[in-house]
Amino acid sequence: MPNNSSEPILKVSGLNSHYGDFQALYDLDMSVEEGEALAIIGANGAGKSTLMRSVCGLISNDAAQVQYRGQNIGHLRADQVAKLGIALVPEGRQLFPSLSVEENLLIGGQIGREGVWSLQRVFELFPILEERRNVPSTALSGGQQQMVAIGRALMSNPDLLLMDEISLGLASVIIKTIYDALPGIIDEGMSVVIVEQDITKALSVSSRVYCLQEGRVSLEGQSSTVSRDEISRAYFGVE
Amino acid sequence: MADTTYQIKRYNNASHMIALLGVVVLVILVSAPYWAGRADMRLMAELFLYLALASLWNLMAGYAGLVSVGQQAFVGIGGYMLFALTLFAGLHPLVAIGVSGILGALISLPVALLVFRLQGAYFAIGTWVIAEVFRLSFAQISALGGGSGSSLPVGIVKSLASSRSGREALSYWLALGAALAVIAVVYFFLRSKRGLALTAIRDNETAAKSLGIDIWWNKFTVYVTTSALTAVIGSIIFLQKLRISPDAAFSVNDWTAFVIFIVVIGGIGTIEGPIIGTLIFFALRETLADLGTIYLLVLGLVAIVVMLKAPQGVWGFVRSRFNLQIFPLDRRVEQSKDD
Amino acid sequence: MDWINAIIQGTLLGGLYALFAAGLSLIFGVMRLVNIAHGDLIVLGAYLGLSTTLVLGVHPLTALLIVVPLMAAIGYVLQRGILNQTLGTDILPPLLVTFGLSVIIQNSLLEVYTADPQKMDAGVLETASLPLGDLSIGVLPLLTFVIAIVVIGGLQFIFYKTALGRAFRAVSDNQDIAQLMGLNRRHIYGLAMALALAVTAIAAILLGIRTSFDPSIGGGRLIFGFEAVIIGGLGNLWGTLVGGVILGVAQTIGANINPGWQLLSGHIVFLIIVAIRPNGLFPKVN
Repeated sequence: MPNNSSEPILKVSGLNSHYGDFQALYDLDMSVEEGEALAIIGANGAGKSTLMRSVCGLISNDAAQVQYRGQNIGHLRADQVAKLGIALVPEGRQLFPSLSVEENLLIGGQIGREGVWSLQRVFELFPILEERRNVPSTALSGGQQQMVAIGRALMSNPDLLLMDEISLGLASVIIKTIYDALPGIIDEGMSVVIVEQDITKALSVSSRVYCLQEGRVSLEGQSSTVSRDEISRAYFGVE
Repeated sequence: MADTTYQIKRYNNASHMIALLGVVVLVILVSAPYWAGRADMRLMAELFLYLALASLWNLMAGYAGLVSVGQQAFVGIGGYMLFALTLFAGLHPLVAIGVSGILGALISLPVALLVFRLQGAYFAIGTWVIAEVFRLSFAQISALGGGSGSSLPVGIVKSLASSRSGREALSYWLALGAALAVIAVVYFFLRSKRGLALTAIRDNETAAKSLGIDIWWNKFTVYVTTSALTAVIGSIIFLQKLRISPDAAFSVNDWTAFVIFIVVIGGIGTIEGPIIGTLIFFALRETLADLGTIYLLVLGLVAIVVMLKAPQGVWGFVRSRFNLQIFPLDRRVEQSKDD
Repeated sequence: MDWINAIIQGTLLGGLYALFAAGLSLIFGVMRLVNIAHGDLIVLGAYLGLSTTLVLGVHPLTALLIVVPLMAAIGYVLQRGILNQTLGTDILPPLLVTFGLSVIIQNSLLEVYTADPQKMDAGVLETASLPLGDLSIGVLPLLTFVIAIVVIGGLQFIFYKTALGRAFRAVSDNQDIAQLMGLNRRHIYGLAMALALAVTAIAAILLGIRTSFDPSIGGGRLIFGFEAVIIGGLGNLWGTLVGGVILGVAQTIGANINPGWQLLSGHIVFLIIVAIRPNGLFPKVN
């Protein structure tokens, strides 16, 4: 596999995505560098989830609008994209209700990509899941469900991991547990995109940040150097 | 813009033209006994009866979302009621046709209560079970010939009209009248407030519910109405055939498969669709009839291809290309300049 | 004694109905598809079995080795070629397309095999019986019942204990998210239909040994299978066995009262259950 370090792992160019009849993204450009943790922030309806769904193939686009390691993937189905090494932790967790905790994790791993992540590694990351491995996924608390959703995505040993609103609807103590686990994931060398409404959390784990507003990029910068002012302008569109 | 007004119209110039054409066609059809041969009249009568069945099924499945594969139950009930009422109650056949409609409605009440408990596709097969129950039950009634069926006695046939040509003309007009009546009922039903509710349910059931439309009641009304009218058509069908048996009366192929193909090919959910579909069905049948079962294969194939590739059917295609309606249901907003 | 005999015969007959029902139940569980051509596919399987026994001169049960994979292949191709295109929120396309398929299969069989009733010759298996007190139990019905238990147990195992079953359940739960896991739902649906028709093939051979068949009997088999599914409870595989047995017993008891009432009493028991419990006796609620 060619590993040109100057080439981004993911490149989105001129993306116009629709959500039903409604255009959610306008001519959007974005790139993710190999090995980086990127944050995407923005208000509700800014187009963050549509962007994630477009990247992982749940929304079909023109082939060249999404490129993964130089390959056009905008037209591929989600299962084809998944096999290339892109995994999504979907907004709202979306576990399979008729599968147990362990089965939810196993089904994430059935693509059969080689890598460091295994059932055992996921259980080490979130020990509570090993305890509850045989219960139906619906019996878990929201935070535990989020752990399963992250574990399920990791099980496919992706090179690019997309996480959509993983703190949504969770208690702050749970959010802390989950965010504490992120550096361990990022350090394994995979590229990570974190979509968040919680700006502080997003900036704390990322090196670079994009802000979306009404389907367009309103700000791009280093997470450590962007100012609060810049963000609130980009976020809310107030000048 | 000040001199521009908008009007809501159901009719446009084309629909006036079509209405005029319709009157001409109607006159020609009504006068058929004076110009058409016996075989042609019989074929046309059969066509009209299929048109009526198709329009009724279309109202049920295409508008009310009740996909029944068991309407042969009511065709058969209508047929058997005609026989029972004329044979045992001594009613005149024309009266018996009307009464069989009433009985069809009465029977459809408990049937609806039962099959409405099943959802979607299960509703469909549930209606088929009901039809089977009626088929098996009528086969048990020995007074009506049991499993082998019975024929209408000559005396009853002659009570329609003394001459053969008179009977054939009457029977033709019955079929034509039934088809026209059914199309009129469907048209005015859909134009009524209830029809509007039905369209709302079809387009978005949840939204319709939130507008306070009683979905169950609307569907129930449609089911009972179409079942009653299907029974009427059934009794006319078997007045033409003069012979009835459980297998013929409750045939899923004759009274449901063909009807479904007609509606699907013509265009489900439009009044015009069943008309186009019936014409195509009879054209196919008359040209391919020599091929035996091949013709049914072709029919099934055409229906599948239409369903997959052009689910709006032939009429849907025509309508989207030419913005045409024979039976104006849509209201269109038109711009006109004030002088 | 007649009554006990009727109940035993009905129970064993229920095994056959459960086999009709298992395939229906499986595809409904995975893709919410009700296949109106199911009965005609059973009849198709019986004719394929007949041709296999005639051409190769083998026993009908040996013919399973050919008919089962053949029907599975037909199922996969059918699903990927046609039925996948009908799936969605609208129930009309799958209903009408499978209805069209039903007519096509029925008339193709008429064209190839004519309307004459056919039967498969299974030799002594057809008449062999085991004495049980004053009663005698046919070996074939008993074998059918045992096969039904094994098949449903097998389906249950596949559904709940294997990666394939996990994929079935995942796709059934949430198509989009399953797709994210690298599961191509079109392929998974194809596999589900292949499995359903493999089971159908077994039912078809047992039907063809037990009674004569002709191209027109598909609708009736569909209805029996459907009734067993509903009686047993939607989504419950073991329920189809219970449903099949209840239906079978209702029919043999009805026939015992009056031969003309066999089918009627089965339908009536079904309608009574719909009236009381429209979701069946043991529905599996997801």
